[in-house]
Amino acid sequence: MITRARQIEMKILPVISAAVVVGAAGLIGLIAALPAVAGLLSALIEANVPEALRPAVARGLGVAAVVGFLSLFPIFAIWFERKVAAHTQDRLGPMRVGWHGVLQSFADGIKLLFKEDIVPKWGDQILFRLAPYLVVAGTFAAFAVLPWGDGLVVSDLNIGVLYVVAIGSLNTIGTLMAGWASNNKYSLFGGMRSAAQLVSYEIPTILTLLVVIVQVGSLNLQDIVLAQQGGLFHWFIFRMFPVNLIAFVVFFICGLAETNRTPFDLPEAESELVAGFHTEYSGMRFAFFFLAEYGAMFLVSGLAVVLFLGGWQGVLSSPLVPGTLSFFAKTMFLVFVQMWLRWTLPRLRVDQLMAMCWKYLIPIAFALLIVAGFLSLPS
Amino acid sequence: MRKYFTDMLEAVVTVAKGMAVTLRHIFMPSVTQQYQADEKPEERWKSLIVPEGLLNARSRMRLHVKIEDCIGCKQCEKACPIDCIYITADKRDKEEAPIFASDGTAIKLKVTQFDIDMTLCCYCALCVYPCPTDCIVMTPEYEFAESVKGNFLYRFAKEKPSPPEPKKEPVPVAVGGE
Amino acid sequence: MSTTVKQQLWSEDVPSFREEDLTGDEMILQMGPQHPSTHGVLRVELLTDGEVVKQARPHIGYLHRNFEKHAENVDYPGVIPFADRMDYVGSMANSLTYALTIEKLMGIRVNERVNTIRILVAELQRIASHLLSVGTYGIDIGAFTPFLHCFRDREMVLDLFEWLCGARLLYNFNWIGGVSHDLPEGWVEKCRYFVDQFGHTVDEVDDLLSFNKIFTKRTATVGIIPPELAVSYAISGPNLRGSGIKWDIRKEEPYCGYEKYDFEVPIGTAEHGPIGSCWDRYYVRILEMRESCKIIRQALDRLPEGDVHEHLPKRVKPPQGEAYLRTETPRGELAYYVVSDGSLIPFRVKGRSPCFVHMSLFHEIARGEMIADVVAIIGSLDIVLGEIDR
Repeated sequence: MITRARQIEMKILPVISAAVVVGAAGLIGLIAALPAVAGLLSALIEANVPEALRPAVARGLGVAAVVGFLSLFPIFAIWFERKVAAHTQDRLGPMRVGWHGVLQSFADGIKLLFKEDIVPKWGDQILFRLAPYLVVAGTFAAFAVLPWGDGLVVSDLNIGVLYVVAIGSLNTIGTLMAGWASNNKYSLFGGMRSAAQLVSYEIPTILTLLVVIVQVGSLNLQDIVLAQQGGLFHWFIFRMFPVNLIAFVVFFICGLAETNRTPFDLPEAESELVAGFHTEYSGMRFAFFFLAEYGAMFLVSGLAVVLFLGGWQGVLSSPLVPGTLSFFAKTMFLVFVQMWLRWTLPRLRVDQLMAMCWKYLIPIAFALLIVAGFLSLPS
Repeated sequence: MRKYFTDMLEAVVTVAKGMAVTLRHIFMPSVTQQYQADEKPEERWKSLIVPEGLLNARSRMRLHVKIEDCIGCKQCEKACPIDCIYITADKRDKEEAPIFASDGTAIKLKVTQFDIDMTLCCYCALCVYPCPTDCIVMTPEYEFAESVKGNFLYRFAKEKPSPPEPKKEPVPVAVGGE
Repeated sequence: MSTTVKQQLWSEDVPSFREEDLTGDEMILQMGPQHPSTHGVLRVELLTDGEVVKQARPHIGYLHRNFEKHAENVDYPGVIPFADRMDYVGSMANSLTYALTIEKLMGIRVNERVNTIRILVAELQRIASHLLSVGTYGIDIGAFTPFLHCFRDREMVLDLFEWLCGARLLYNFNWIGGVSHDLPEGWVEKCRYFVDQFGHTVDEVDDLLSFNKIFTKRTATVGIIPPELAVSYAISGPNLRGSGIKWDIRKEEPYCGYEKYDFEVPIGTAEHGPIGSCWDRYYVRILEMRESCKIIRQALDRLPEGDVHEHLPKRVKPPQGEAYLRTETPRGELAYYVVSDGSLIPFRVKGRSPCFVHMSLFHEIARGEMIADVVAIIGSLDIVLGEIDR
């Protein structure tokens, strides 16, 4: 027997799903057409905005675009991750809300919005409320220098790499804050683990970044992309084989560690620490941690693409495929690899995590830096 | 020193192996069967291995009593390990025409109370086997959720107790209101 | 009973750690009873220094259901559903042990078909139980995927059981003097199909989990039970064999005719670390599943004809006396001690549950490990709280 509610559901859901699918396709189209849109917008700004305000307006638009993208991306990424997880496990994943469950994340988001916002009575009230914003801010701010296409970057800093590394550390403070302010022993463990982990893994990250930087001679992310012009074999990952390949792997592993993804998800190790630093969080604050996590996933993948996989440069040097689409596709592939790893690997123990960083990754990164430095000496 | 590098190599190889397995599974058909109560009710109990589906004659889901066949022998009441069956049976009047269960056993008692508290039932089916007329059975029906706990007290008896002699009736325990 | 003993037995709780006894950076961490990976409602009290566990105290009793007292108030067949509920992931083995004990008490000898069917279901149950253990161990270590791959195959075993006796988890299948149902038509072929495809799943679990470097690193050096310690605590089953001691009731004291079957008793290999580690215990289970497949194949090949209800007694009324019988359940050596006073109701039923014994060893091996290892150790002991608390 089909209930009335289910009947209505069956009528409405396909329509919404179709709208979402069309919207997603439109979004990808928009990403592909981003250079043109940006050109159009800049022309509009030049025509209508007085000279003095132009940079501010342009930046504002860029920030709006990034924030908009980062609010929508987790919704898609969570659905995608659940699907990847389900299919690696011979399951189907969300199937009920809309076409193959595309609306599931919206439903979950709405549910989280309506949830009671619980703050532990004996926790640190201010820090507890502040922590999620800090985590999100740290992730979002780093997007400012991520180049999406030729000239398509919110802020073309000449110390872009340094900025990303520096602002990314805001995450650590947020996580530690959340763990401390919850007044929960498990949360505290999560926070401490996260701090130790992020601080340690920052070293090999920066060393592998340096491997690329010594080859380019610039800290500007646009310059790094431009240095890889000319098709597949000009990407850094294929140059100076195997130095850059290993550097890419090390960077990617460190990226996993900095985004707290399995096998490095110790701060939120579900089977040990219940939920780690966000044990006490609920509702929208909890959602913010999720938002930050998926944003960070995209950021790390995007950075890896910029540094090693040619950024917005296409596979061929032909301009047929829009640079933004190429960048997006490559980044999404790396996001998929992150998910794939997550649903394959067990979790490291905290001392092994440290051992891996200090005994394996840092020596390797140093060796790579030395080799890369020698090889890129001007002859 | 050698172990340092073999460890690294081993790590890479084993991780790659695991990733190969999961990648293969991404492209394999899933084994989940969706519970489509509305669209495909007959597919609800499909099984990966049992050809005719999961619910069969042996399924132990819901107790049912064919009260017409009950001879009031109370064997099931005795067999129940958690005492969730309550039976009261009176002597049948001599003048009444003799009645028989479907297998021909003469019914000498009239069952005035045959209650099963399904909230207590542990689905062991121990009550089913001793029944001489096979009147208490486990059925494959499994969707019997209720919103009121009292509804789980199944009253199967149809006959009224004989009015003249007021007898102490064993009142079933643990039947909550809401 | 002297006062001191009485006080020890009836004191309210195991003494807990006290805040005022802490020194330095020590901290008391309560793990459970609602912790996700204590496998039920176990509560472990940890005295930690940072991430290192200085002392661990397990507290049990959150799932106490009065099994032994219940058994003194129902008739002999009525105990079987309760025995099923003791170890609810290996209930076939539990009810089998109880049924065999009563048969020993009454002197019933069942026919070959019943014996073969009992071996079939016991080994299928062993596979199902080990699949659960292996899968949840993966979750404890952080790998989620092997868990669902294991459950996919466990589901098939449960489907086979449901086809056989109508229930998926608590079967009431092994009766005193027989089994409740004969094998349905087509069951043998499907069982053979399951066993054939099952080897592939185990291979995949090996690739995905058993030999994964992270997994071996996590498990092969923690929770070491040296053989001497294992024997002195009288642990049994895969946990004992993980310590390298070849002891299996199926070989030492065969029941149901296990002596006629050809199978190996796998023991810990110490492939990645010292003998008796979590990994050894885990891997013994993997190997045991393969051996169970062998036994099932042999049982299916030799399945004799017969009536499964042939030796069912009219009334289960054992003579005055007592019987003790032990079997090899998926978790180890399970035994029932039944005393009969000649009536329809048992005078006393005592269960010797393997998990309780394994849990008694826990504080010895958890000392000095890290918090993440506590989870790994609990998982590798493969405890079921239903059996510990009874």
